[in-house]
Amino acid sequence: MTDFSKLVGLDPDEVITHSYVRDVRMPSGKTIALITLDNDRDHTRPSTLGPATLLELSGVLNELKARAASAEIDGVAVTGKPFIFAAGADLSKVEDIPDRETGVLMAKLGHETLGKLSELGVPSFVFYNGLALGGGVEIGLNADYRTIDSSVPAFALPEVFLGIIPGWGGAWLLPNLIGIENALEVIISNPLKNNRMLKGPEVFELGIADAMFGPANFLEDSLKWADSVLTGKTKVKRKNEPGKIERAVKWDVAIGIADKMLASRIGRVAKSPYRALELLKAAKNTDKKTGFAAEDEALADLISGDQFRASIYAFNLVQKRAKKPAGAPDKALARPVTKVGVIGAGLMATQFALLFVRRLQVPVVITDLDQERVDKGVATIHGEIDELLQKGRIGSDEANRLKALITGTTDKADFADCDWVIEAVFEELGVKQQVFADVEKHISPEAILATNTSSLSVEQIGAKLKHPERVVGFHFFNPVAVMPLIEVVKTPKTTDEALSTAMVTAAKLRKNAVITADTPGFVVNRILAKLLGEAMHAVEVGTPFDTVVEAVKPFGLPMDPFVLLELVGLKVGAHVLDTHHAAFPERFFESPALHELAEFGHLFEKDAKGKPKGIDPKVLKIVEKHRIAGSTPYTADELRTRVEDGLADEIHRMLDDHVVGAPEDIDLCLILGAGWPFQMGGATPYLDRSGASERVFGSTFHTPRIVGVA
Amino acid sequence: MAERADVVFVDGVRTPFGRAGEKGQYWNTRADDLIVKAMIGLLERNPNLPPERVDDVAIAATTQTGDQGLTLGRTAAILAGLPLSVPGFAIDRMCAGAMTSVATIGSMIGFGQYDVGIAGGVEHMGRHPMGAGADPNPRFLAEKLVDPEALNMGNTAERLHDRFPSLTKERADRFGMRSQQKVAAAYAAGKIQPDLIPVAIKSASGWGLATEDEGMRPETTMEGLATLKTPFRPHGRVTAGNASPLTDGATVSLLASADAAKDLGLTTKMRMVSFAFAGVEPEVMGIGPIPSTEKALRKAGLTIDDIGLFELNEAFAVQVLSLLDHFGIDDDDPRVNPWGGATAIGHPLAASGVRLMIQLARQFEEHPEVRYGLTAMCVGLGQGGSIIWENPHFSAKKGGKR
Repeated sequence: MTDFSKLVGLDPDEVITHSYVRDVRMPSGKTIALITLDNDRDHTRPSTLGPATLLELSGVLNELKARAASAEIDGVAVTGKPFIFAAGADLSKVEDIPDRETGVLMAKLGHETLGKLSELGVPSFVFYNGLALGGGVEIGLNADYRTIDSSVPAFALPEVFLGIIPGWGGAWLLPNLIGIENALEVIISNPLKNNRMLKGPEVFELGIADAMFGPANFLEDSLKWADSVLTGKTKVKRKNEPGKIERAVKWDVAIGIADKMLASRIGRVAKSPYRALELLKAAKNTDKKTGFAAEDEALADLISGDQFRASIYAFNLVQKRAKKPAGAPDKALARPVTKVGVIGAGLMATQFALLFVRRLQVPVVITDLDQERVDKGVATIHGEIDELLQKGRIGSDEANRLKALITGTTDKADFADCDWVIEAVFEELGVKQQVFADVEKHISPEAILATNTSSLSVEQIGAKLKHPERVVGFHFFNPVAVMPLIEVVKTPKTTDEALSTAMVTAAKLRKNAVITADTPGFVVNRILAKLLGEAMHAVEVGTPFDTVVEAVKPFGLPMDPFVLLELVGLKVGAHVLDTHHAAFPERFFESPALHELAEFGHLFEKDAKGKPKGIDPKVLKIVEKHRIAGSTPYTADELRTRVEDGLADEIHRMLDDHVVGAPEDIDLCLILGAGWPFQMGGATPYLDRSGASERVFGSTFHTPRIVGVA
Repeated sequence: MAERADVVFVDGVRTPFGRAGEKGQYWNTRADDLIVKAMIGLLERNPNLPPERVDDVAIAATTQTGDQGLTLGRTAAILAGLPLSVPGFAIDRMCAGAMTSVATIGSMIGFGQYDVGIAGGVEHMGRHPMGAGADPNPRFLAEKLVDPEALNMGNTAERLHDRFPSLTKERADRFGMRSQQKVAAAYAAGKIQPDLIPVAIKSASGWGLATEDEGMRPETTMEGLATLKTPFRPHGRVTAGNASPLTDGATVSLLASADAAKDLGLTTKMRMVSFAFAGVEPEVMGIGPIPSTEKALRKAGLTIDDIGLFELNEAFAVQVLSLLDHFGIDDDDPRVNPWGGATAIGHPLAASGVRLMIQLARQFEEHPEVRYGLTAMCVGLGQGGSIIWENPHFSAKKGGKR
C-alpha cells in the first residue's frame, strides 16, 4: 500500500466528495450496496475527486469487499448526487503539485482506488446519473457494468484538451471496452474539437454504458437492471468490445491514421495527444497492470510539465476570466437594445444581422446605398434562416419570427428607434465618419453607435459626431457566427453606459468580450501583424519559406504564417501590415512583396482536390523581385528568437500602454480570436518559459512563471 | 353517437407509502415525482396500451399547491412521457380524491366519450400538511355552519365515539391491532408487493430505494395500544394506534371501456358497477361512507348481503366500526379488509382510494366465489365515497351466491 498522506496535505481545504453507502434490498432477495458520491453542495458545485475523496472511497470499497466476502452483499453500485455523477480531479489544485513524484502519487491513488471496483468479489456497477468528466468517467470504466441516464448532457474524457491523459485507467480500459477507433474519438479527437462532450445516448451507442434509462426512473431502473444481471436474467453483450481480428489488423492501422491526422491538424508540439496515442497503442496487447503503470508514468510526466500548467492557465482564462471581463462597468448601466440597425448589406453586414436577430430577437433593419443591395442582403439573411430551419436548428415558428424581424431600407430615417447601430462598411475613415453622421440625424442621442473597424481609430470614426461618447468599437472575428471573441474598444470619450451596453450585448450574442484601448490593431491583429510582418520580412531578406515555417513550429500554432495569410486574404493581410507599419514604423514591417502577391492572388500551389502542395514557384519569383538589397537570410533559430522577442516586446508595450489591463487579457484574445493553443497558454506563458521575456525586458509576464516542476 | 360502455379497472399500482415528515422516506422526494413514477410503472406494466390511446389523466391531491399544484393530471402526464396530445386535469375531494378520479374517468368512459383513462392521486402530507395554507371562510364560524372541531379529523373521530357509546376504545384498538397483523401477514405472503413501484429516495446518507410501506407496526399489542396518548382530548379514545398515520404516497389506475380493454388486449381486474358520494355533518365525517354505500347499493340494485369483500379505508378504526355496526357486520368479519388497511399502511389522503381498489382487485383473483366488492371511505368536512365492483373471475360453480 502506497502512502498517500503527502497528497492529502497538499489540499487541506478539499471539498470532499463523500462516499455514502446504503444497502438496497431488491425484490429478488439480492442486496446491493449503493454508494452515492456527494460533496453535499448543490449541482452548481460538481463533485470532484481530490485525494481525501479518493481515500474515503478506497476505505469504503475495502469495507464492502469484506462484506462481500461474508456474503452480506451481492453487488456494489455507485451513483452521484442529482444532475452530477462526478467531475474529475479538482483542477484548481494542480498548481500546488510540487514535483513529478507527487504526480506519480496522484496517478497511483486513482488507480489503486478505482481499481478496487473490479476486485470486490461481487459485481460492481456504475450508474452515470449526470455529468461525468475525466476521473468521474473512469470510476465507471473501472467497474464491471455501467448504465447511463439518457439525459446526461456532458460526458467526456477531456484530459488531452488540458494537456494530460486519462490516467486513472481510462487510456487502457476504454479501448479494451469499445474498440480502438471509438476510444480514439473519445480520448483524442473530441478533446481536440474544442473539448466536445458526449451526450447520454452517444455513451450508450459507443458501448461505454451497457444500458440506458430515462431520467424519470433512472436509479430505479438501473437498480432493477443490476438486479437482473446479478440473478443472471440479463446477460450483457458488448458489441464494440475489440476481438482478435480488431487487435491483429485494425488496431495499429487506426493508431497510424490518428497519428497522421494529428500531425497535420495540430503539428507535433502538443505532447498530450501523442502520449495518449502511445498508451492507446500499447493497450492492444498489454495487461491491465502494465497499462495502468504506463498511465502512471505518462500522467506524471505531463502533469509536472510546462504544457499542462499553461493549459490549466488557459482553461481558467476561457472558463472564468472570459465570463467576468476585466474592466467591465456595472451591467445595470447597460441600455436595453430593442431594435438594431446595421449599416451595410454586404457579407459582413448580413452576418451581423443574422447573429443579432437570432440572439437578441429584436427587429434588425439593414441599409445600403440602393434598394437592390438591400434586397439582396435581406434575401441572403432569409436564406440563412431557411438553412437553420432545414438543419433543424430552429423550428418553423422561430424561422417565421426571425424573418419577420429582418427588414431592409434605403432611408436611414427608419433607424430612428434603434438603440444600437453597427456599421460594416468599407474600411476607410471618411466613409465610416460619413455613415455615422448620416445616422446620427435620425437616432436618439443615447443610441449606441458601434463600429466593426479592425484598423482605424474608433475615436476618429466618431470625431465628427455631436455625441461621440456613444461610440464603441465592436470588433468581430471571421466567421462571425463561429469565432467566440469580440474586442470591445473603448475610446477616451466612451461612456460607461455605452461600454456596458456593448459588454452586455456581446454576452447576449454569446460572445466573449475583452475591453481594449483604442490603439492600432487592438490586440489580436497587432500580435498577428507582428508575426506575419516578421514572416514576410524574413522571406524578403531571402529566408526560404520552409525555414520560416520551421522557425515558428515550436509554438504549435494552429497554422503556419503563410497558411494564415492565405486564409485571411492576402489583400487584407497586406492592409493590416501597412496599418501597423504606419502606426509603429520602427517595429512593424510593411511588405511590398505581399502587395504584389495579393495582386497575383495566392501563395500555395494546389492539387486537383484543392489541397495545398507547397508554395507556388511563381510566388518565389515575386518575392525574389522584392529581395531587400544586401540582406542576409535568417536561420530558423535566429528567426524564432526574433519572433519570440518581437512578440514579448510588443505585448510588453501593449501592457505599458494599457491596451488591456493584464497579460491574461492578451492571452484570452489570442486563444479565442486567433486559436492560439492552450499549451502555449496563449502567448505570455510561452514567452516567459522560452526566455524571451527575460531577454527583452529583463523580467517575466507572470511571477512565478507558469512552468512545470519537472 | 357514442355508446354507453361498461367500465373496467384494468390495473392499478402505487408507490410504497412513507411516513410524513422529516424522518419519512420521501422527505426529499417531490410529490409530483411520486405520482409520475407510479404512472410510468403503470404504463410499463401494460405495454399493450399505446400511450396515445389514453384519453385523459385525472390526478387528485388535497393541497394543490407547490409540487402538488399546476394541474397535476396534465403536468404528471407530461413528466411521465405521455404524448402531448393526452390531456389531463386535477381533482380534489380531500380524502376521496383518487376515488373521485376513478369515478370521473369511469363516468367519462361509461358515457362513451373515452376509451381509456388514467386515474389516481397523490398526497405528500410531509410537504403539505392537511389544511396548510387554507383560508376557511369566517362565515363557517360566525354562522356556526360547522363546529370548529370539525376541521380536525381526530376530533371528528372522538365525536363518533360520543355518538355511538357502543364503539369503545377497546374495539377500536383491537381493530387497529388486527389491521397491523393482517398487513404483516399479507406482506409475509407477498400479497402487497407485486403492485408497488419502488422509488429511489435521496437522504443525507445517499440514495436508497423505497420498496415497502414505512408505517407498519406488526409488533402492536393491546397492552401497548392502551398506553398510547390520546392527542385530541384528555382521556379520549382516538390514538395513533387506532388511526391512520400521516402518510406520503401516490396511487394510479388504468380504466377502460370493456371493448377497448378487449381490443387492446388489456387485463380486466374489476368491472365498475356503481358509485356514490354523499354528505354528512362535518362533525362526524367518519360515518360518511354509510349513506354513500347505501346509495351505491341502491343504484346497483344490490343489498349489503351481495357484497363479498370490503375494502374500507381505515382513516380511523372507529369510523370503519360505525359502518360495520350500521350494516350488522362483525368487527372481525373475514370479508372486511382481509389484508389490513390504512392503520398500518397509511392514508395519503387523495391517494388512498385507488389503494383500496388495487387490493380489492387482487382479492377478486383469489376469490372467484365472490361476485361483488365494495371500496368505501370517509372524507373530511363530512362526506363519504363508495364504489361497487364486480369480480370478472366470478364463477357461480365455485360456491358463489349470484
